[in-house]
Amino acid sequence: MDRSIAVWVGAALALVVLIALPLGWLAYLSVSGEHGATLGHYREAFADPALQKALWNTVVLAFWTGLVSVAIGAPLAWLTARTDVPARGLIRGLVLASFVTPPFLGAFAWVMLAGPNAGILNTLWRSVTGAEEPLLNIFTMPGLVFVVAIYTFPYVYIMVANTLALIASDLEEAAAILGAGRLAVARTVTLPMVLPALASGFILAVLQALALFGSPAILALPAGFHTVTTQIWSLFQFPPKVEQAAAFSIPLLLATALLLQVQKRLLGRRGYAAVGGKGGQRRTIPLGPWRWPALAACLLVMSAAIFLPYGVLAKGAFVRAWAQPLSRDNLTLGNFAFTFFEYGSTRAAIVNTLELAVLTACVGAAMVALLSYVTNRRLVVGHQLVAFLVLAPVVVPGVVLAVGLFIAYTRPPFVLYGTLWILFLAYLTKEMPVGYAQADATFRAIPADLEDAGRVLGAGRLRILREITAPLAKSGIIAAWCFIFIGVIRELSASILLFTPSTKVMSVVIFDLKEEGQFGAISVLGLVMLALTFATVALVQAALGRDVLGARR
Amino acid sequence: MSKRSTGLAVAVALLAGLVARGDAQTPSTHLEAAKKEGKVVWYTSLVLPSAERVAKLFETAYPDIKVEVHRTGSQRILQRVMQELSANIKNVDVIHTSDAGHYVLLKEKKLLAKYTPAGVEGFPAGFKDKDGYYYGLRATVNAIFYNTKAMSAAEAPKTWKDLLDPKWKGKMVTAHPGYSGVIATHVLALVHLYGWDYFKALSQNKLMIVQSANDPSTVVSSGERIVAVNGGDYSAYQLKKKGNPIEIVYPKEGVPLVVSPTAITAFAPHPNAARLFTDFTFTREVQQVMADSEGLYTGHPDVKYPADKPKLNELKLLTVTPEELEKRNEELRKRFVEFFGA
Repeated sequence: MDRSIAVWVGAALALVVLIALPLGWLAYLSVSGEHGATLGHYREAFADPALQKALWNTVVLAFWTGLVSVAIGAPLAWLTARTDVPARGLIRGLVLASFVTPPFLGAFAWVMLAGPNAGILNTLWRSVTGAEEPLLNIFTMPGLVFVVAIYTFPYVYIMVANTLALIASDLEEAAAILGAGRLAVARTVTLPMVLPALASGFILAVLQALALFGSPAILALPAGFHTVTTQIWSLFQFPPKVEQAAAFSIPLLLATALLLQVQKRLLGRRGYAAVGGKGGQRRTIPLGPWRWPALAACLLVMSAAIFLPYGVLAKGAFVRAWAQPLSRDNLTLGNFAFTFFEYGSTRAAIVNTLELAVLTACVGAAMVALLSYVTNRRLVVGHQLVAFLVLAPVVVPGVVLAVGLFIAYTRPPFVLYGTLWILFLAYLTKEMPVGYAQADATFRAIPADLEDAGRVLGAGRLRILREITAPLAKSGIIAAWCFIFIGVIRELSASILLFTPSTKVMSVVIFDLKEEGQFGAISVLGLVMLALTFATVALVQAALGRDVLGARR
Repeated sequence: MSKRSTGLAVAVALLAGLVARGDAQTPSTHLEAAKKEGKVVWYTSLVLPSAERVAKLFETAYPDIKVEVHRTGSQRILQRVMQELSANIKNVDVIHTSDAGHYVLLKEKKLLAKYTPAGVEGFPAGFKDKDGYYYGLRATVNAIFYNTKAMSAAEAPKTWKDLLDPKWKGKMVTAHPGYSGVIATHVLALVHLYGWDYFKALSQNKLMIVQSANDPSTVVSSGERIVAVNGGDYSAYQLKKKGNPIEIVYPKEGVPLVVSPTAITAFAPHPNAARLFTDFTFTREVQQVMADSEGLYTGHPDVKYPADKPKLNELKLLTVTPEELEKRNEELRKRFVEFFGA
């Protein structure tokens, strides 16, 4: 074993502390009673009809979000990766925009768009058709699925588009030369190759929907139904029922572990390295007369995810009453004045958010780079466990993770509650899976034989890492940095329990304002958040020389 | 904007005189100590723009002392305070919520400092804790609001019972007692009046559920729902003044009165600034600002109210005791969730 093994062991240990500690606390709390161990909290939680309903709602939400995300993401990916649909760059840009849009901002915007009575689309619909009933009611389960899915489908898109872009067409061409028809090629060659990506995308989308807090809080609560996350959050109201909440979240963790196992099976069986410095051509499929309808379909999806919500946020920021038309009387800059000059929390929150985002992204990117290298090259015993632990936070709703952290870090020797550090730990833990997925894909795409070649020539592991692996992995790691940064800026579900007045972040400020119905200020802060996000994306794209969704042009 | 700035200027001018007087009364060491502390941390459930305005007034009068405003719902404030204390964090100086029950609980747990703000002698009994720990800073009443574009005054519901009419199905909004102290008080008062059956029947009308007692009025103004079944009347009054299509109905059966207390914590990290700030908020001038620009009621006997708003003594008031509110807080939340779903 060479000396560098110590580095890997250290990183793996850090991970255990970051993730195993809060989860350990959760597990411990869920079975701890006044008189020793008990299953009473589980009984209480699962016998409560309200909690049962919340559980079922979450299952419905997650499943449908997964399906709708695949239905949107997969065709979009195929269109942009393999066909000659016009404006592919624009579509990719818009998918990216949807990917980085904070879902709770989208949900908030859709309240203004499709609230059954005052919603702008419904008002328009009524005035055009004279109908009484609204066209859309966003305060329903289908409404919630819709709003969640339009910001979750990029997970499917990224998986599928990257796979399609990395598989050389020569396999398909070979099949065609051997006499297979178009459908047969799609069925026997293309589909099997993208199936793992499709399934992974589906599972990622499901996991996102499971852990989401903001959108259900904005859309489900007004309609009188809970999901698991909002239910857990409300269990922390005074007097808090932390144990019940812990008991309520453990099965979620197990379910996700199962889902991830399935995903791994799907991907693992086909251990092909279809990528590398090995060339290969991607042929573009001509759509013929379908080019423009295909573009129209893409833009329709994008208007739901981007154009309409952004438009209504911009309107909300500049008017006194968002439901009233854009008239001279209605226009104002007062929302900006209020947000920046009268409302004391704003500036501190922006500074806190930026500090945390930069710090978390730097530390996180370094960690996921190391960890994914370790797991991909199987450098430590139990590397599967490491991979599981890194991905585990995906299944822990941020609210629940926050509770684990809260308990772990409110007592000596690490009293971090009340400081930005506890938020940092939460963000680092929570963003780890996304960063890891990106880094993992990066290393997976770098064939080990390049490193083996270096080794044969007598270089040590660190030197190989420096001279072969790092240069190849650089852009992928920068992308991981970017994902983490953006994830932190919009993080709400853990922050909502871990913030204190002096450590408020933007998402929390927006949520506070939402509970009070301050639409103008929310719109202003929402725009600021979007501007920050897009500025980051632009910087990183400039650094990478390509877009951050991953595939090479 | 400009109107608001003028109002602010006037208030500041008034306060300048007040401060000159205040300095003479306050022992200078007291003020010096407060200045040295440099800030006061205020957890408040007062609607955000109003809270920021009060903070600005104080900072104008005492430029060396900053007010850190943390505004959220009453129940969230209690949750935050207790959560912080469980981590041994002593952050908050002044707690101001609309759930008087909280103060019973906090007093019992010995988390409040005994302090009588200057000038509360003339306040009515309902604004004063007999043990001298907390005092009512402001009051509001729950009322019905309707959207004036959607109906005439004649068509609007007149009583709490009118809201049970199925014709309002899908058209109403309620705020949440699990978030707002104003609403917790409201629910308890109406349970006294009509029992839980009232809320069971009300829930048949499929209400939209929002959190803050300030939100039903914004929902009605926007037209998303056209009737609000509760909410602090001051939020609707402010929106009405700004030209929104909203009108307030004070039901004949009586309106739940919500007196929102304020108290200094026993562990206040800035105790002198906290006392200075508390005294300041009880001055006639600040109480008058609350009545004028915010549409609140206060306990101050010398405050004059806007002519377009009923006086407290013209209304039939429904009151609940802080003790009962404290005892039944969880029941209120549980039953509400049982009927309304979330």
